[in-house]
Amino acid sequence: MIRTVQQLALRLLPQVIALAIVLAMIAAVFPGFFSFSFQNGRLYGSIIDILNRGAPVALLAIGMTVVIATKGIDLSVGAVMAICGAVAAASATHGNPLVVTLALALATGIVCGIWNGFLVAVLDIQPIIATLVLMVAGRGIAQLVTEGAILTFNDEGLIFIGGGAFGGLPMPVVIWIVFGIAITALVRRTALGMLIEAIGINRRASTLSGIQTPVLLIAAYTLSGLCAAIAGVIAAADIRGADANNAGLWLELDAILAVVVGGTSLLGGRFSIAASLLGAMIIQAINTGILLSGFPPEFNLIIKAVIIVVILVVQSPKIRTISSFFARPARQNGGER
Amino acid sequence: MQADPDIILAATGICKSFPGARALDTIDFTLRRGEVHALLGENGAGKSTLIKCLTGAYHRDEGTILLDNSAVDPRNTLDAQNMGIGTVYQEVNLLPNLTIAENIYLNRQPRRFGFTATGVMNRMAADLLSQYGLDLDVTAALGSCSVAVQQVVAIARAVDLSGKVLILDEPTASLDAQEVEMLFRIVRQLKARGLGIVFITHFLEQVYAVSDRITVLRNGRLVGVRDTAALPRKDLVAMMLGRELETEVEAGAKRNDAAGKVRYRFSGYGKGGKIEPFDMEVREGEVIGIAGLLGSGRTETAEVLFGAVRADKGTAEIDGQAVTLNSPRAAIRHGFGFCPEDRKIDGIVGDLSVRENIVLALQARRGWSRPLSRAEQDRLADRYIKALDIRTSDREKPIRLLSGGNQQKAILGRWLATDPNFMILDEPTRGIDVGAHAEIIRLIEELCAKGMSLVVISSELEELVVYSSRVVVLRDRRHVAELSGDEITTSHIVNAIASAESPAS
Amino acid sequence: MKPKYLPLAATIAIFILAYAVCALQYPAMLSTRVVGNLLTDNAFLGIAAVGMTFVILSGGIDLSIGSVIAFTGVFLAVVLEHTSIHPLAAFVLVLAITTVFGMIMGAIIHYLEMPPFIVTLAGMFLARGMAFVLSIDSIPIKHPFYATMKSFYYKLPGGGRITLIGGLMLLVFIAGMVLAHRTRFGTNVYALGGGTQTSRLMGVPVARTTILIYALSGFLAGLSGIVFSLYTSAGYSLAAVGVELDAIAAVVIGGTLLTGGAGFVGGTLVGLLIQGLIQTYITFDGSLSSWWTKILIGLLLFVFILMQKLILYLSRKKAG
Repeated sequence: MIRTVQQLALRLLPQVIALAIVLAMIAAVFPGFFSFSFQNGRLYGSIIDILNRGAPVALLAIGMTVVIATKGIDLSVGAVMAICGAVAAASATHGNPLVVTLALALATGIVCGIWNGFLVAVLDIQPIIATLVLMVAGRGIAQLVTEGAILTFNDEGLIFIGGGAFGGLPMPVVIWIVFGIAITALVRRTALGMLIEAIGINRRASTLSGIQTPVLLIAAYTLSGLCAAIAGVIAAADIRGADANNAGLWLELDAILAVVVGGTSLLGGRFSIAASLLGAMIIQAINTGILLSGFPPEFNLIIKAVIIVVILVVQSPKIRTISSFFARPARQNGGER
Repeated sequence: MQADPDIILAATGICKSFPGARALDTIDFTLRRGEVHALLGENGAGKSTLIKCLTGAYHRDEGTILLDNSAVDPRNTLDAQNMGIGTVYQEVNLLPNLTIAENIYLNRQPRRFGFTATGVMNRMAADLLSQYGLDLDVTAALGSCSVAVQQVVAIARAVDLSGKVLILDEPTASLDAQEVEMLFRIVRQLKARGLGIVFITHFLEQVYAVSDRITVLRNGRLVGVRDTAALPRKDLVAMMLGRELETEVEAGAKRNDAAGKVRYRFSGYGKGGKIEPFDMEVREGEVIGIAGLLGSGRTETAEVLFGAVRADKGTAEIDGQAVTLNSPRAAIRHGFGFCPEDRKIDGIVGDLSVRENIVLALQARRGWSRPLSRAEQDRLADRYIKALDIRTSDREKPIRLLSGGNQQKAILGRWLATDPNFMILDEPTRGIDVGAHAEIIRLIEELCAKGMSLVVISSELEELVVYSSRVVVLRDRRHVAELSGDEITTSHIVNAIASAESPAS
Repeated sequence: MKPKYLPLAATIAIFILAYAVCALQYPAMLSTRVVGNLLTDNAFLGIAAVGMTFVILSGGIDLSIGSVIAFTGVFLAVVLEHTSIHPLAAFVLVLAITTVFGMIMGAIIHYLEMPPFIVTLAGMFLARGMAFVLSIDSIPIKHPFYATMKSFYYKLPGGGRITLIGGLMLLVFIAGMVLAHRTRFGTNVYALGGGTQTSRLMGVPVARTTILIYALSGFLAGLSGIVFSLYTSAGYSLAAVGVELDAIAAVVIGGTLLTGGAGFVGGTLVGLLIQGLIQTYITFDGSLSSWWTKILIGLLLFVFILMQKLILYLSRKKAG
């Protein structure tokens, strides 16, 4: 048990250090950064702000991690967010009770996920191509639901999900942390995690060992759809309306980036949801930091590009071959994650 | 070396080592002008390593290569091609999405004013192919042609580019009799033109049909060079499988056939294009050996039995009950286990630890929702690491870092952990060191004694003789003979493999 | 008919059918005016889609083109506003920048052996970021040369106009077809899509071809940016968001295999026109909402992906 904890700590170390460096840099420029205040039953402060604003990407990153672990990718999550947000808003304006609204939105996300999983697992279409279909069509479907307008609503329950607080923390923060822990527990307390990693590393050997590969693939994409649905509801609740055009726009790329920053390889296999969540927070911290420190927000994209390039270089198979040549003895132990 | 004008290619003292293995040990190989020279040997004998050294795909450690009496040292296959050594592989190394003409003239298309002169190119390609007796639409995508036509196109390209030496690496593996005949007509035609042709195949009839001389390799060493006409088929098989027929190996205490009751019965079981329908009965506590040369349908038999390839004919019964084995998962539910031939592709899950690899099949059978606790996993892993003597510093080491023999034992452990009743082992002892080899054979005998039923495929005939109570012999994707009791001797197996032309070719 | 022409034939049939349906309902859609507008309105997308066709044919993908278009527009607007450089010189300069940008991405993809998806994703962020750094406002371009260029057009019988940019797009398509089907480079692009390893064994200069492909895509994205700035007379860093998706859709609906190796530059033009047609129809109809465009395009994408899967499956069955 002690050993598992040690391994986890070692696995998360690079992300924790990166996050610490980013936060320290912001604090150096902006001294009041770590201050908190407590008003009206909830915490306020820049750190809370980062946790809150990073919620959609964090949620998407949970599902994306599992999909990427199977050697797949889900490009449709941004569009699915828009669809589910639209469904939630439409249901709320219809006067449906909150439970029905949430059930409808989440069910929509699950259906989208099953669709993607079906294309990948049953029709055997490359994940990047299969999920492109919904990425292109999704926003149209969302606009169909909202009938082109920004669909606003006044459902207090729904708004609470975006703007309310629970135990002093904003609801979105509570949701992504709880959901992240729940999914981590689900994959690590059951055998799901290992089986998914096996599929991502060697699909054929996994099938020959009796793993139900198609079922687990569909499950992975379904989880991704569900995550997108929750993120979509939060995004809609945050602005008290569904914006089919802009909800979740380009967030699929941020989510993939979060997973990559979290150290999960795009080639599938070993994954860590916690590391991806840290990755999402690193990205959000950079966003917030640039905003706070007075740099124009435009720099954000350039910094993201630089991060990708650095990770690319570090993860490149070529560079790995070269570095492993120098560090062969060290890798014997370092290979474990 | 004497300058013999008849010899077009002479390789002398070729050595090549890989980490932990000597793949070629001072091999000599000579090829004359206008001869078809068959290069034979089982898997791992060093055929492909030798070819790769000749074509520059690998760099040899030692030895010289003389082409037309001048020393050459091709840096890569392109280099070798320009020097005059062209190669055609079994899995056609051309681009299926380009047209036939584009494949032949890729990157050397005729041009006019800088633009590809497609018309000229197509005419040139059609002319070239007509020399080979092919009248084709050269603007068709290569992938839409039969494999035989693709092979001929590959040969035409190689000869057109190189023109001295043509290496044919198992070109006939997926051709039917008629197509093979067409290919041979072309080979003879090229031979008459004075090319030196190296022909690699595992079909003995074809060796005798087309080759002039034979070089046999085994375990990276040269076994011998013979004139085809002077080498009886039986002697050739003995050379390939390394059995000196005088030193007959016979099993000492063969288990009695009546030892157990028949548990598994496959009737008319087969899959079109993979393996002809066969009947097989497996008793409790017996080992069925499967012998045959590479490509004879050994692996296909294993995959059909395990459901990895779905049988489209015949029925399977366990203890008299009809069962459906349409997927590995279904087979595993019935207590099957399968150690595949290609460990790296079909067996290990490289980045997972030894522990996870060992518990994988058991966990898959239990389903995701009933996880083995970490303590149970550790216990299972430790148990099989100890029982099978898997050499690893740590059960958490990624399995890809282990040696081949230890990977093999871990996969055996994976299946033993599921407590199977029926195990299919495809070449369990290939490519592993001598110590591990002996341990695996001992293990097979142990499992058998405990009442497990096993089907073991091996090209090590001595092994089969030791542990099999019956041996099924395969040829041309067909079960051709079954030996039992005193019939199980290496020479009988060799005879059965070598005997008579098959009706197909 | 050869199977490789099947997707193209399907695309053309869909286009003709769709146009016939449109024309039956709204005969005005047959006018040269509509045709001319179809070309002008989709000129920038078409030019970028030609580059995307080459990238996809080679088995890659380029996510950066939308951002490069925006960057080009902003660059031109800023340069023309703050300096006295002639627009033509500015065009040359910006094309050089975008071409080198593409070359660098190609080099990273080849030498670092990284998936094009991620490399061009970084390129997408970088180009958009550079556009933001230049200016976050929409800057109008008032240079008289722009007005001159806009006044060039070829008048079709019936009142339609082939504008300079519409004509340029057609020229780019023709050049693209020649490049793809009549040069060694073009065949090498197809070869890479058929298999990098095999191509290398057959003597295709893989490094040079890969770098050239992304350079070409960068160049055409730059050209597309110039056309876009002519079309809108402005430079705006938030412009052309998601153009890469439209371009990918045009390529795939045009019958090119998303996994590479098979397809036609000419097909992309038809794919583009199908997209344009859907939009035009929706404009004519007036009561239909614009989102049907996306849904229909998504649906078409799905149909074409399925069709290609089926063709692949059937040809494999035939061969083996």
